Amino acid sequence: MSEAKKIRPPRQSMPLQDAQERIKHFTEVALGYTEEQALLEASRCLQCKKPLCVEGCPVEVDIPAFIKLIEEKDYAQAIAKIKEKNNLPGICGRVCPQESQCEKQCIVGKKGQPVAIGRMERFAADWTVANNLQFDKVQPTGKKVAIVGSGPSGLTAAADLAMLGHEVIVMEALHIPGGVLVYGIPEFRLPKSIVRQEIDNIKKLGVEIQTNMVVGKINTVDELLESGYDAVFVGTGAGLPYFMDIPGENYNGVYSANEFLTRTNLMKGYLFPEYLTPIRIGPKVAVIGAGNVAMDSARTALRLGATESTIVYRRSEKEMPARSEEIEHAVEEGVQFALLTSPVEIIGDENGRVKAMVCQEYELGEPDNSGRRRPVPIADSEYIMEIDTVIMAIGQGPNPLIAQTTPDLQINKNGNIIADESTGQTNKPGLFAGGDIVTGAATVILAMGAGKKAARAIHEYLSKI
Amino acid sequence: MFKIVRKVVLAPALKLFEVLAPDIAARVQPGQFIILRMNERGERIPLTVADFDRSLGLITLIFQEVGRSTIDLGQMEVEDYILDVVGPLGMASPIEKLGRVVCIGGGVGVAPVYPITRALKQAGNEVISIIGARSQDYLILTDEMQAVSDSLLIATDDGSAGEKGFVTDMLRKIIENNGQVDLVMAIGPLPMMKAVAELTQPYGIKTMVSMNTIMVDGTGMCGACRVAVGDKTMFACVDGPEFDGHLVDWNIAEMRARMFEKEEKTAMGACSCGGDGQCQKQKK
Repeated sequence: MSEAKKIRPPRQSMPLQDAQERIKHFTEVALGYTEEQALLEASRCLQCKKPLCVEGCPVEVDIPAFIKLIEEKDYAQAIAKIKEKNNLPGICGRVCPQESQCEKQCIVGKKGQPVAIGRMERFAADWTVANNLQFDKVQPTGKKVAIVGSGPSGLTAAADLAMLGHEVIVMEALHIPGGVLVYGIPEFRLPKSIVRQEIDNIKKLGVEIQTNMVVGKINTVDELLESGYDAVFVGTGAGLPYFMDIPGENYNGVYSANEFLTRTNLMKGYLFPEYLTPIRIGPKVAVIGAGNVAMDSARTALRLGATESTIVYRRSEKEMPARSEEIEHAVEEGVQFALLTSPVEIIGDENGRVKAMVCQEYELGEPDNSGRRRPVPIADSEYIMEIDTVIMAIGQGPNPLIAQTTPDLQINKNGNIIADESTGQTNKPGLFAGGDIVTGAATVILAMGAGKKAARAIHEYLSKI
Repeated sequence: MFKIVRKVVLAPALKLFEVLAPDIAARVQPGQFIILRMNERGERIPLTVADFDRSLGLITLIFQEVGRSTIDLGQMEVEDYILDVVGPLGMASPIEKLGRVVCIGGGVGVAPVYPITRALKQAGNEVISIIGARSQDYLILTDEMQAVSDSLLIATDDGSAGEKGFVTDMLRKIIENNGQVDLVMAIGPLPMMKAVAELTQPYGIKTMVSMNTIMVDGTGMCGACRVAVGDKTMFACVDGPEFDGHLVDWNIAEMRARMFEKEEKTAMGACSCGGDGQCQKQKK
């Protein structure tokens, strides 16, 4: 590189499928960088001596180092560098909210567009998949750990513990591993082949995954600890769907987002009747809520053939919790928005099928505990919205199964397991927890960060016993 | 993979599998269910465990072929493997000594009521059982129910076995003639369970029913199995499957059972036989 100041190329935009084309099927919307784009983007990194981006990463990936390796076209080393900290790079490169984490801290971003770290992470991960890289196993320690749940936190903890030489068995309730990565996030945003490949790579580290294992039913955490497991990590996620508790919610055509997405993603309902799990939607679909799950639901509805798919949200655009990229993609695809609006009743026809919602309009008042302005209902503003399908995407709570069957485990008033933030340690020796089951519904990467911290703490615990 | 070690055709379109599932067999309690997925493209089908042998590691599943998925399942044979079986799921039946209990099974509902009946008998109750079916050909587990009951009554719609009439006719006689009943446990088609609950309500007899709702995951994650119970919405998979029959909103239950009526027809039409049942005839 010359002494002259390098002319920085613009942030490379992500190639996308055309919106009108992509809503006809479930193939991935974002196509990934070409090698040329990845190289251009890598050249935008300043290689800061004290990289703030790394501080913004919940799993502390050495971001400048892997970008440098991409710039040098040493993709195998680039992915190895990422994998020192993150065993799910193809997933994180796609679904992490980089704009509020690593890229938010990027110095290049202070004056212009930040370096597209997530997109390069995805590029490196996809390159590895295409080139089938292998990783070495390490010397066994003789210690055995059970991981309950195979979502982002469980997989991360499993991979880290296996790399430290521990025997790791992951127990998953569903018939395929991945948790929210397979039942929740749609194919068009996170192809299941990517999830499978990244999980296969974790298995290559020596991790065993047992499916169809509902811990709390087929066994209990206490039994695991008494039967040869030296430690247990619980990462059972936020799997309990919330409903609004308004009249008419049990009419046919009202789904929880969990049901709607599980039927579509996990059970491949979009391929019905080739796959036998049905999913029914009417031409007019309302999705209640405006988080990522709501955007996924609204966009899925379009792909299943809805002519109108509307986000119904009681606050305004500014407060919508979804990633801006997800909102943009939804808008491009024709998702509509009924903001400052919330249903107060669902109306059914004589056969018990949804036909309309009574909606109420809201205005924003004073900020509430979350710092967002509180939505206040406007008197006499009720109106009828004709609708065939309602999808409740107003959040999920912790699945109570582990807490119910582990009598002395401390939980908070919301049912979340109480665990130390930096270690995942619960009040029971040998029992650790992390991810949404502790924090309430959050993001994939935060759950991974919790899995990583817990793995470190479990390793320390195992070294002492 | 879960091996089918025994298959019995109990009645037309009513089949019994014994499946090797040692972990589940070791754990399952009366009232609990499993979910199976026959193959990669299959639905997740909830089935109550009709019996279990802990020492041999076997669970007994009895199902009626009512749609594409159960018809496909019925095509499986001994030595075939079911891809996924998960369980035990749901809450176990609370088994207590109450005194005099009446256990009612209608149609395929005799299968889930059998292990509960046995447990209630073992707990020291006086057990009167009533089983009902369309006709003699559709009666199942008669000997088994007889063996775990102090008395067994049989009702068929056409009078071809036992008495002609409904299980509710017999229950009414028991209540009116013999007095005290401490619990009625009823499992069968929704209209039957509803009729039983309506019959016992004026007498204030505690009546438990088992809700065989539509389900997906079976672990409380999706809410497809919502049941309105009193002023609450419960999930059959984790809060049930048994609920107080006097509190269940039967209209909502019947309505929700029809959610995928149209798709069920589509799935039948998409069968290799085109939905006319030829695939089964060829097999036979």
